Amino acid sequence: MNMIDVRVAAIEQVTPLIKHFKFVKEDGSKLPPFSGGSHIVVALDAEGRTYRNPYSLMGSPTETDAYHISVRRQENSRGGSAYMHENISVGMTLKITHPVNLFTLAKMAHKHVLIAGGIGITPFMSQIEDLNRLGAEYELHYAFRSYKQAAFVEELQKACGNKLHCYSDSDGKRLDMDALLSNQPLGTHVYVCGPSPMVVGVLETAKNLGWPDSNVHNEQFLAPPVGESFKVQLAKSNLEVQVPAEMSMLEAIEAAGVQPEYLCRGGVCGRCELSVLESDGGLEHNDHFLTESEKASCKKIMPCVSRTKGKRLVLDL
Amino acid sequence: MALNFKQESFRDDYTYKNSPEAIKRFPFPFPEDQYMYSVNIEPHTKGKPGSVYEFPFDIDEHYVAECHDRAITLAEDAGRYQALPHMMDAQWDFLELAMESLSSDYPEHFTLTKNGSIWTWENKPLGIHDTFTFGDSTTLPREPFDYMGRQVQGDFVLLDQRDETLYADAGMVTCQADWSLAFNVGMSWREWHGPVPKATELGVMDRALKYLMNLQLANPVRRLNWTMTVNPRLDTSPENYPHWGGDRNKVNADNVSELIHLRVELQSLFRLPRSNGIVFSIRCYLMSLKDIATYPRWAKRLHRVQKTMHPDLIEYKGMTKFHPLVVEWLSQFDDGADIGVGTQPE
Repeated sequence: MNMIDVRVAAIEQVTPLIKHFKFVKEDGSKLPPFSGGSHIVVALDAEGRTYRNPYSLMGSPTETDAYHISVRRQENSRGGSAYMHENISVGMTLKITHPVNLFTLAKMAHKHVLIAGGIGITPFMSQIEDLNRLGAEYELHYAFRSYKQAAFVEELQKACGNKLHCYSDSDGKRLDMDALLSNQPLGTHVYVCGPSPMVVGVLETAKNLGWPDSNVHNEQFLAPPVGESFKVQLAKSNLEVQVPAEMSMLEAIEAAGVQPEYLCRGGVCGRCELSVLESDGGLEHNDHFLTESEKASCKKIMPCVSRTKGKRLVLDL
Repeated sequence: MALNFKQESFRDDYTYKNSPEAIKRFPFPFPEDQYMYSVNIEPHTKGKPGSVYEFPFDIDEHYVAECHDRAITLAEDAGRYQALPHMMDAQWDFLELAMESLSSDYPEHFTLTKNGSIWTWENKPLGIHDTFTFGDSTTLPREPFDYMGRQVQGDFVLLDQRDETLYADAGMVTCQADWSLAFNVGMSWREWHGPVPKATELGVMDRALKYLMNLQLANPVRRLNWTMTVNPRLDTSPENYPHWGGDRNKVNADNVSELIHLRVELQSLFRLPRSNGIVFSIRCYLMSLKDIATYPRWAKRLHRVQKTMHPDLIEYKGMTKFHPLVVEWLSQFDDGADIGVGTQPE
């Protein structure tokens, strides 16, 4: 995969849990333009292993002197976000992928309703730039625990004006999904990024109100969940790989020297899909890509976020 | 290295000719003695110097004449260029990709100078020199895709990605193998591939779609496609069928090697940055049977491939009328020797 070398140009502690990183090219040239909602994968070599974590790009997709990402320090982090917070400093060099967009704006929408929860605001930070540039009709609904923990409210007020609607738990202000989604003109598209209950809430509300699936968009990158340790046998490579509890199957396979294809590493894009030849326990599917029936068939697995409930798995790799 | 651009025609008197260098670099599409559809997509990476794969967009000795032929076709039928309104970001993406590629790969012929968003483009072979504001269509003589599509060899379709498929929402198509942009514009992947025999039942189209939906920036891909055309005619469109369809009746045993051209399309696909769209580039190479036969290895291979071609494919590619004559003419070169795998001429 073509990677881009970048230098960390600035780091800002935005809230007690969120840091904002600014990346520039070593030679001072511009980074590639991208489309609102894109993410990059940041590769971190740390303590003998490589983390590759996806982060949404913030800021202007067309003025790309720098890339901006924000990282929330996750509780129960396997290390990726903690490493970004503790070990990355200004001046260091990192490798990133080219931008990939799995959360695109629908260009033909008559109106866009953006719904963000907490750190889920990040993909919208580039989408609003595109929407403003195109003069599109939109509203941004941003829910968070408290103003102290909410990132970028001032910037958003500047960029969105009265299109921004904030909801702070600590003020007792709640976003009424039902009211919001039952009163939109035909041709509206809704986009949600945030914690799982919020995403599920928007998807279910939209479904109950009769929204077409094609007008409802969500993005939920999953950090690879920790689990039990297990062995995976790679049939074509003739290799047996031990997957430790705190490592994803994809990471363990890469550490063993095999390079399967991947893109988002968050259970969304489907690129790393592998065929399961044998399994001694049920599969623990954590991705958003496979359909329910594909998951039930136990023939496919996304190694970036999924695991086995058993002790041993044989893959066609 | 400066190219020598030819004065030649792709219609009426058909003065189009390939130089020996052009024959040698022809992208011959048959690595094996039998042909069948497959997902034959590979990374569009830099090939050998002088090959058609050296650069993202290949410019050759026919450049000026092809652009001229395209201008004639567009002047006669404005419908060969279409762009739906939501494709404007993709139009600028295309212009940027084409200008940056051509100016960096063929600096003696094309130059691009950027001063912030003020860009100056010079195309010496076509005598074009314009300064414009990137992102502002009113500063160009035509909208960006229309402007730049006329200055690159090959047809172009801009695809929009939405609803888990790809839509052909813009195009400049003047050298097509009998398909119509006016008919296909706005169609989804499965709609425009509907007529392809065999491929759908083999699951080829679904796999190719899945692959392309994940196409990444800076990682373009390519494949070759092919058909045969009577005369070196670029515009074999359904719109102009009356001008070329009847030529198939003029082929006989005496003229088959000069009239019949193997038409190879170097198809490449690039993810576009601002629009998240894809540009599908279809670069057409025409080579007469006679020129192909200057390399006996190619003549043998082409004979075997054609001799074993499935009748459905012969019909789909519009070759039924003259196909037996092609096989018969090529048979004189085929001694049955094993020529191994690969598309090389020698």
